[in-house]
Amino acid sequence: MCLAVPMKLIKIDGINGIVELGNINYKVNLELIDNPLIGEYLIVHAGFAINKINEAEAIESINLINQIKENSNA
Amino acid sequence: MLKFIDEYRDKRTADLIIKEIKKIKITEKVNIMEVCGGHTLSILKYGIQKLIPQNINLISGPGCPVCVTPNNFIDKAVKLSRIKNTIITTFGDMIKVRGSESSLQKEKENGNIVKICLSTMDAVKIAKENKDKEIIFLGIGFETTAPSVSAAIKHAYDENINNFSTLCGLKTMPNAMLSLITDNKIKINGFICPGHVTVITGSKIYDKIANDYQIPCVTSGFEPVDLIQTIKMILKQLKNNCIKNEIQYKRAANYEGNIKAQKIINEIFEETDSIWRGIGSIKNSGLKIKKEFSEFDAEKRFEIKINDTEENPLCICGDIMRGILKPLDCKLFKKVCTPDNPVGACMVSAEGNCANFFKYSHI
Ligand code: SF4
Repeated sequence: MCLAVPMKLIKIDGINGIVELGNINYKVNLELIDNPLIGEYLIVHAGFAINKINEAEAIESINLINQIKENSNA
Repeated sequence: MLKFIDEYRDKRTADLIIKEIKKIKITEKVNIMEVCGGHTLSILKYGIQKLIPQNINLISGPGCPVCVTPNNFIDKAVKLSRIKNTIITTFGDMIKVRGSESSLQKEKENGNIVKICLSTMDAVKIAKENKDKEIIFLGIGFETTAPSVSAAIKHAYDENINNFSTLCGLKTMPNAMLSLITDNKIKINGFICPGHVTVITGSKIYDKIANDYQIPCVTSGFEPVDLIQTIKMILKQLKNNCIKNEIQYKRAANYEGNIKAQKIINEIFEETDSIWRGIGSIKNSGLKIKKEFSEFDAEKRFEIKINDTEENPLCICGDIMRGILKPLDCKLFKKVCTPDNPVGACMVSAEGNCANFFKYSHI
């Protein structure tokens, strides 16, 4: 039921859209999120986008990960 | 390269965080429970239990939607499938689960119509295309699924689709988690909180557990680095004796949740007591369709009477979902009960504890 990975929004058609993961496309309903934009990453559950990935938070957590690695190299 | 995935599957990062976990040095036994089937799957798939110190015991809670759905619900679905001119629509895993006397799979083999849907809106589409049939959707799941079931009912209402209804078995997390704490059969020292339930509800639903019961709550993502980081956050809280409600999965979840989704749930549903497989009835831990939308409630629309439900007495799914026992404690595990011949619900679902133990216990 739960594809627990973020998928990229590549097409919007009214309340529906197409998201992409690797080379596979899925149809998704967009009415539970505000202002979806092409190129954004979405969390999809049971055919509905339930949220967007917060890119600023994602970048912060990836920076944290990189910091851990750098510290270990030091 | 998969964006927002690969970084969180990086082995070197995971190893480094595990090193930090080992430095926290807690010697007593710590029970950390995950209450999400997706987390159970990742923990077993990536062998996380074996990577962390032995005294940190990861236990699974009632987080698999198919597994917590009691026989009574399946028995009702079976009865509905036998009514002339009905089409049962459901998420895939449900059809294999045995009820007291049959499963939807068996009913399908007997000629009753059962269709698998990937989205609740597929069921609405089937209703539009089959005006002469009654389409019944099996609404199971947690807060994550509730908005999509609500949206399907709302569409049916707005578009005057009068051959669509839902057999509702939706459940909600906070009171189920509280009941496990007060149950006292097992001491839970920390919760890995369900990431996608939290996307909808916001992490505010765990405040009571962290503040009043002093149990660390950390909302986690689903990749191995996410889960290992979450375990570290829980252990740090315990070590510093500073218990909090935190979010590790900040890229998707926040404190307030998805307000739009909460609104549509509240429009269609209200709280009700709900029966969880193996646990029993928990106060205000489920959702029922409000009176205004009762024409979409399959239980109101059809008269179904079921006999007393029966469970296989050897299946210990219930104790597994309360964190008391593990799949290896079950006499039937792997010998009689396998994914091809599942005895209990926990062996059916992709998120079920027994199914994942079967698949990944060698890791
Ligand atoms: S192995 Fe099968 S019978 Fe045993 S608890 Fe799991 S689902 Fe039930």
